[in-house]
Amino acid sequence: MNLAAIRAIYVSEMARTFRTLLQSVVSPVISTSLYFVVFGAAIGSRIDQVEGVAYGAFIVPGLIMLTVLTQSVTNAAFGIYFPKFVGTIYETLSAPVSFWEVMVGYVGAAATKAMMIGLIIYATANLFVDLPIAHPGLAFMFLALTCISFSMFGFIIGIWAKNFEQLQLVPLLVITPLVFLGGSFYSVSMLPPAWQTVTLFNPVLYLVSGFRWAFFETSDVAVGASLAAIALFMAACLFAIRTIFATGWRLRD
Amino acid sequence: MTSQDRPIVSIRDVRKTYATGFQALKGVDLEIARGEVLALLGPNGAGKTTLISLICGMARLEEGIIEVGGHDVVRDYRAARRMIGLVPQELALEPFSKVRDSVAYSRGLFGKPRDDARVEAVLRSLSLWEKRDAKINELSGGMKRRVLIAKALAHDPEVLFLDEPTAGVDVELRKGMWDVMRELRAQGVTIILTTHYIEEAEAMADRVAVISGGRILLIEETGALMRRMGSKRLTIELQTPAGAIPPALERYDLTLSADGMSIDYAYDRAAERTGIASLLHDLSQAGLRLRDVRTTQDSLEDIFVNLVKEDP
Repeated sequence: MNLAAIRAIYVSEMARTFRTLLQSVVSPVISTSLYFVVFGAAIGSRIDQVEGVAYGAFIVPGLIMLTVLTQSVTNAAFGIYFPKFVGTIYETLSAPVSFWEVMVGYVGAAATKAMMIGLIIYATANLFVDLPIAHPGLAFMFLALTCISFSMFGFIIGIWAKNFEQLQLVPLLVITPLVFLGGSFYSVSMLPPAWQTVTLFNPVLYLVSGFRWAFFETSDVAVGASLAAIALFMAACLFAIRTIFATGWRLRD
Repeated sequence: MTSQDRPIVSIRDVRKTYATGFQALKGVDLEIARGEVLALLGPNGAGKTTLISLICGMARLEEGIIEVGGHDVVRDYRAARRMIGLVPQELALEPFSKVRDSVAYSRGLFGKPRDDARVEAVLRSLSLWEKRDAKINELSGGMKRRVLIAKALAHDPEVLFLDEPTAGVDVELRKGMWDVMRELRAQGVTIILTTHYIEEAEAMADRVAVISGGRILLIEETGALMRRMGSKRLTIELQTPAGAIPPALERYDLTLSADGMSIDYAYDRAAERTGIASLLHDLSQAGLRLRDVRTTQDSLEDIFVNLVKEDP
């Protein structure tokens, strides 16, 4: 195992995050605060409680998930796309590293950054609403698993993308709608029955629901189903990345 | 055969066809000795970069065998790649990274523990130490090229691939780059150099391999190649114009210039008798008075152009 290589990739990726600290950290905090103002204050004043939880608090896990998912995907996608774009990928391809080590370095850094932002949003949300967490360990685990699995997904997007437009396409056209329609800002039980069934096919529902359960012990689907969904998604991403490196798809001629 | 005698790079029947159907290499065999400088010479699209990409791992090797230091580059890629440093043709560098960080990154990527002293030594050897905290995008093109070399050397490779190291580089910098190569060679690093510049191969290489159309046309020691293929010419300038070559001189291979003021004599430098002494004697016997004499030799470029032209 080339631990020095994992460390080198991880440290270099984290250094990039800190070089763009303002863009990396401040902008999600501002946008989250804006969500709070709009959803929490404007809509929250009309919806008192959802499943026994104050609406302002109810949306926090969804808000964190929205940002964390988008950040994980874009960070990891950009992380591996950038070396392809500037040509420095030659170094990674010619280094004595396995796909596993390259992935751990890039995905690890992207997931770390997303986790940091998730925690910052949680801290920010505490300024607006009272936010006790029923199962902190489980909440942390959900957050970590989500960051890791979606960073893996982003890593695949970054390898697939041939230009900046494609790089932004998936987060914009896939992740954001899935999060919005995945019960981030409402309980699925508030939807008409037909839509409830449709929503069950949205993977993000399981993440938000599980995460919310860790906060408030209320969920749309069983916690076990949420964990299984993340595990399945992670396994699929891992398989895809392994295949990409084995075949050299979009990396090696 | 000891490991010192064994070729450090061994390439056997390597072929490469890209997904587009283009066959870039059509069966390449090549052995590179430890410590030598080999120039891989060829026109654009000859297969130089493809060959380097296959050895270093940027392209997938599907046909043939490549070993570096006795390690198969596919099965035992870690051991093989640890021995290799690569300086690519393009100035591919992360623009916002600091010089020192970029070099330290490369060292880590190749599995070596952090060593600030080693990074400093590499940067100093390439006159980059003053720029250690500069961002890459603040550097000139020549400095970026040197950063690429520093990155390639950061993990102390035994084999260094330089893909067109002096392409688009001014004369002064090119000479500086040659000095760097000479130093590395003195340290025992094996250097494989691809180049368009014949002058570079002539100045730097122990051996020259000419590649064209995906095949190696020739591999030979640079000096021997020059001797073998480079015919020499003796040009004799006359004091007064000659109307024709005197019949007494017909046994020599002579060409009279259009103005009759000079005579060219083509001879083989490697031959036991060049015939120069007797020619000069016979010339004065024939009544021709000499003003000046000079010799010229085919450059590697002439040889190369002829070789590639002959290749169907």
